[in-house]
Amino acid sequence: MSAVAAAAAEDERLLPRSPLRRLIGRPELGSVLGALAVFLVFAIVADNFLRAGSLGTVLYAASTIGIMAVPVALLMIGGEFDLSAGVMVTSSALISSMVSYQFTANVWVGVVVSLAATLALGLFNGLMLTRTGLPSFIITLGTFLMLTGLNLGFTKLISGTVATKSIADMDGFPEARALFASQLDIGGFAVQVTVLWWIGLVALATWILLRTTAGNWIFAVGGGRDAARAVGVPVERTKIGLYLGVAFGAWISGQHLLFNYNVVQSGEGVGNELIYIAAAVIGGCLLTGGYGSAIGAAVGALIFGMTSKGIVFAQWDPNWFKFFLGAMLLLATLLNLWIRKRAEAAG
Amino acid sequence: MTSPHDHDEHDGDQPDGRRPDDDGQDGDADGGATPPLLELESVAKHYGSIRALEGVSLTVRAGEVTCVLGDNGAGKSTLIKIISGLHRHDAGYYRVDGEETTLSSPRSALDLGIATVYQDLAMIPLMPVWRNFFLGSEPTLGRGPLRRLDVRLMRSTTRERLLRMGIDLRDVDQPIGTLSGGERQSVAIARAVHFGARVLVLDEPTAALGVKQAGVVLRRVAAARDEGLGVVLVTHNPHHAHLVADRFVLLKRGTMAGAHAAGEITLDELTRQMAGGSELAELSHELRRTAPPGPDAHE
Ligand SMILES: Nc1ncnc2c1ncn2[C@@H]1O[C@H](COP(=O)(O)OP(=O)(O)O)[C@@H](O)[C@H]1O
Ligand SMILES: [Mg+2]
Repeated sequence: MSAVAAAAAEDERLLPRSPLRRLIGRPELGSVLGALAVFLVFAIVADNFLRAGSLGTVLYAASTIGIMAVPVALLMIGGEFDLSAGVMVTSSALISSMVSYQFTANVWVGVVVSLAATLALGLFNGLMLTRTGLPSFIITLGTFLMLTGLNLGFTKLISGTVATKSIADMDGFPEARALFASQLDIGGFAVQVTVLWWIGLVALATWILLRTTAGNWIFAVGGGRDAARAVGVPVERTKIGLYLGVAFGAWISGQHLLFNYNVVQSGEGVGNELIYIAAAVIGGCLLTGGYGSAIGAAVGALIFGMTSKGIVFAQWDPNWFKFFLGAMLLLATLLNLWIRKRAEAAG
Repeated sequence: MTSPHDHDEHDGDQPDGRRPDDDGQDGDADGGATPPLLELESVAKHYGSIRALEGVSLTVRAGEVTCVLGDNGAGKSTLIKIISGLHRHDAGYYRVDGEETTLSSPRSALDLGIATVYQDLAMIPLMPVWRNFFLGSEPTLGRGPLRRLDVRLMRSTTRERLLRMGIDLRDVDQPIGTLSGGERQSVAIARAVHFGARVLVLDEPTAALGVKQAGVVLRRVAAARDEGLGVVLVTHNPHHAHLVADRFVLLKRGTMAGAHAAGEITLDELTRQMAGGSELAELSHELRRTAPPGPDAHE
């Protein structure tokens, strides 16, 4: 019996994978190559691009997208979308600003209330999804529209205009600004604090994805929900957690928005949800879930940052920006499709 | 080989006193006096107005294979779902170790040592083999925010367990979707054995496989049986069933069409009963009238 079994095993022994194939299997590969290409292009055509100040600007632009692209990528790996992610940032900023302005003299009250309220929005998305079983596209499209309306409506109602009042003279403002919207000097380089938030979130998300039980579950609920459930993975809890992650990112972004500009434009954020999704997809996340990485999403955000600022440094017509990104997105998706075909090809 | 359960933090998901590495003990521990591992009696299941199962009984003993046979739509998968805790039975009795039980979820079935390998295998094609192996019961190291997967243990255990099943995977990092059907079945079986399954339930493990791959899977079934597990093997292939079964349960349109011990029934008789005896005769008669046997009659 065992001799027979060994003989059978002999026949189906697998060829070891070459290092090259391993590299091709990394979800970030496409985005890293893309980022290098974009970097080279602008390093050549834009004289100012390689200056430290310019790179700081690029990193800042990348971080404002990246802070959201990371949790959005995790959610996408978990098999879901959040179309409300863009306006949720604005909502978070508005809540913080209005609570501070209307009820207290200290901005930290607003910041904390905003955290709770934004997490509640994420919880709403997550519960609606898991309770109804409707596609997240529909549910978060609903939240997106509702929040867009609420942002404008409430702001108009309370402050009479489309923007909030400035909170720059309130207690706690300097400290909050230091945390969410300051510029630090690190080894002679001026670095926006959002860049640190961004790097921190990427590190945290990567740790969660690759080294924790929760990460295993995120890949599983996105890659095969029913299979995951059958082996005892708490599918609902995992998905709700992912929506809370997006809400947390929206809170950080929202606080940055508020403390960077002192006021919040209530119509802002619409359309950004697609940019976050695009960054995640360029970074190798599969739209269908189950595959991707936080580092990839960060590189996707970096491509956005380099492109949006590089076009300015190169003195091109900024109208080309969106075209360029659309092309990047399509290329990345094609590459991802190809990778998935290779990975999924069953013997 | 050292038991992976020497690691304390890994044992959380398993009921006390049960170890998956009971190499020395075989299934002959249960004499006539000990109750069967698992027993269904007159179980019924309705989907709305559809009667998917009615009055089905089945016994699973340690170290034995119980085969459930039936045509498509006979209710085999429904029966499996009841055994595995995905569905609750509407009538009848479900006993584990002689005690009546109601399962609330697949998790509670797993906790009782009833592990199911589903038709779709409950695997995530894009995830590496070792992540799939431990999915839902991941061993961890450390506490609090530093609690992390015990990646080394996960990889080495996966490799070791598969080796014991006769599969030499050099790279447990490859997506499980890149394995062949028979290998994936074997991983699923190895996983169930590792997590201390006492009852292994397999839903049509050979249905989508060629002859050779099916042979590989049947060998794993026999290996699991030899380790002392009770096996429920669902199939619509009497040839496969006859190779490994200790007892047969025949299902037909949701009801029991027969129950036999292995010695009591020949392969021919089993095949005849499966195909529905007189129905088959009628069919062959009917086909003969409309299509005279040509050169491809045997395909
Ligand atoms: N979830 C369900 N809802 C309604 N009817 C079902 C469901 N699952 C199975 N059935 C019906 O129950 C019967 C038995 O199905 P199943 O157990 O899948 O059979 P088998 O696995 O033997 O092919 C079939 O008639 C099938 O249509
Ligand atoms: Mg079936």
